[in-house]
Amino acid sequence: MKTIMDHLEKTMHSFPDNIAVSDEEYAYSYSELVRRSKSVGTAVAALKFRRRAVAVYMNKTPGCAAAMLGAAYSGNFYVVIDPKMPVERIKKTFSVVEPVAVITEEELAVNVPETGFQGSTFLYSEISEKAADEELLGSIRADMIDTDPLYCLFTSGSTGVPKGTVVSHANVISYTDWFIGAFGIDETFVFGSQTPFYFSMSVTDLYSSLRTGAHLAIIPKKYFSFPIKLIQYLNDKKVNAIYWVPSALCIVANLQLFKYAKPEYLKMVLFAGEVMPTKQLNYWISNFPELKYANLFGPTETTDICTYYVVNRHFEDGDSLPIGNACENCGVIVVNEDGRQCAPGEEGELYVRGSFVAGGYYNNPEKTAEAFVRNPLNTAYPEIVYKTGDIVRYNEFGELIYCGRKDFQIKHMGYRIELGEIENAAMAAEGVSSAACLYDAQKDSIILIYEGKPEKDDMCAEVKSRVPEYMVPSQYIRIKAMPHNSNGKIDRVWLKNNYKEI
Amino acid sequence: MEEILEILGEVKPGVDFENATDLVGSGVLDSMTIIQLVARLSDEYDIEITPLDLVPENFESAAAIKALVERLED
Repeated sequence: MKTIMDHLEKTMHSFPDNIAVSDEEYAYSYSELVRRSKSVGTAVAALKFRRRAVAVYMNKTPGCAAAMLGAAYSGNFYVVIDPKMPVERIKKTFSVVEPVAVITEEELAVNVPETGFQGSTFLYSEISEKAADEELLGSIRADMIDTDPLYCLFTSGSTGVPKGTVVSHANVISYTDWFIGAFGIDETFVFGSQTPFYFSMSVTDLYSSLRTGAHLAIIPKKYFSFPIKLIQYLNDKKVNAIYWVPSALCIVANLQLFKYAKPEYLKMVLFAGEVMPTKQLNYWISNFPELKYANLFGPTETTDICTYYVVNRHFEDGDSLPIGNACENCGVIVVNEDGRQCAPGEEGELYVRGSFVAGGYYNNPEKTAEAFVRNPLNTAYPEIVYKTGDIVRYNEFGELIYCGRKDFQIKHMGYRIELGEIENAAMAAEGVSSAACLYDAQKDSIILIYEGKPEKDDMCAEVKSRVPEYMVPSQYIRIKAMPHNSNGKIDRVWLKNNYKEI
Repeated sequence: MEEILEILGEVKPGVDFENATDLVGSGVLDSMTIIQLVARLSDEYDIEITPLDLVPENFESAAAIKALVERLED
C-alpha cells in the first residue's frame, strides 16, 4: 500500500457502487472513478514520462478528480490549474513546473495555445472513455515508491514567481491517517466540498473520502451567493460533514440563514485556512449545539494541517479560538528568535516536523532552503523541519494560540503587534461581518478595513474598548463587500494594493 | 431602470445588461459580484435583501433585479 492508487483500489473493492465524487451533473461511483482514472493514466503514460508534471486544467467536477488520479496512475504528478487564472499567471506556473501534458475540457482547451504550451494536450472527455492498459499501469506502479510526488500545489495570491509545493503519496497517506482516525471518517460520510482542487484544504476531504468509501459532494460555487439553495443542496446530497474556509461559514452566519433553512444531516463542521471569528462560530453553535466543531491549522507545506482543536468549551465573541495541538504522527516546535525552544506562554515561530512535511518547492532550491531547514533543536542527526512563518504561543491549557503571520507582525510605536488581534477586536463589534487589518510601513500607520453596520467613529470606539491604545488603527475604511480570492479567503493582496482607492 | 443599469455597470463594467437574460446562468454575475451588488442595492434603495430573495431567478436580468427592488420597497 505505497501509493494513493493502492488505497483507492482497496476502497473500490470494498464499496464499488458507493458514490465517490459528485456534483450537480455527474456522480462517479468508486468503480467508475477508478476505471476513468486508469483510462486517463493509460493515455498520459504513453508519453513515457515519469515523475513529471501533468497540468489538469479543468473545472471542479468529478472528471477533474479522475484526471488528477489519472496523472498519478501514469507515474507522474498533477498540478491543478484554476480555470479562472489569467493566461499570464498560467504561463508563469508552467515555466516553473514544465508540464509534459495538459488535460483539459472543451470549453477551456482554446486557452491552452495562448500559454505557449508545446506538449500534448488531452481532452478529458476523449481519454477517459478508452480502455485501460492494465499491464502498462501495473509496470509503472511496480516502479513507483511512496516518496514519489503525487501533486504540486502552487500558493495563490503571492506576487512574483509562484511557489509550487511538491507533496508525495507518503505525505498524503500519513496525513490522511491522522484525519481519518481523529474524526472517525468512514463510508457513511458525505462531505460538502467547498474548496477548489488547487487549494490544499481539498486534499483533506478528497483523499479521506477516497480512502474510506465516503462521498465527496462538490458544491457549485454559485450557491454561496444563493444560500437557501446551498442548504437545499446540502440536504439533497445528505451532506453530513463540511470542511470550509471560515469566510464561507460566515456567509451563513451573517445572513442569519438558519432562520430560513436548516441543514438536516450535518454532524461535523471543520474549518481552516484563516481565522474563524468566534461571533460567527457562536451563531453556528447556538443553532446546532450538538455538532462537532474543530479548528484545523496548517500550511500547504505540511500537506494541509499540522495542529487542530476540537471545540470543547464556550468562547465569548471576540475571543480567539486555539489552534490546539499537533496532529497524531506530526511534531510541532515553537522556536524564538534565538533559535531556542520557547518557554510556555512565550511567542515564537511554529516549526513542523514529520511525515506530513512536503519535500520542498519545485524547481526552487533557494526558497526550499529558506523554509525547509535542519531542526535547530536537534544537532545530533539530520532532521528537516518546515518553518511555517506563523507566530504562536501556548496558553494556560497547553493549547497553541495563533498570534499572526510573521510577516504581519509589525513594530509600531516600539510595540510588537499582531494585526490579527486587532481584526478579532473589530469582528467582535455588533453588526461587523468581516474585517482585515493592514499596516503601511512607510507611514507607520495601521489601517482597518471592515464590512458592516458601524460608522467609522463607532468602529474606532469599539476597537478602542478592546485593545491597548498603541494597537488602535489610525485609519478606518468601511467597505461594502470584502473581496475574497479564488479560495474563498479574504483577498489581502488585493486590499493591500487597492485600499487607497476604496 | 436607468438606475439599476447604472449600478450594474459599476459592479461589473463592460456588459450589455440591457439585453442579457441569463446573467447568473452565463456566469456574468459570479458569487462575489452578486454579494457586492446586493450590498449596493440595499444601500441605494434602503431595502433589506434576505436570504429568501437571494435566488438566481431574481438576478438573471436587469428587469428581474428591478422587480426585486420594487417588491422590497413596498
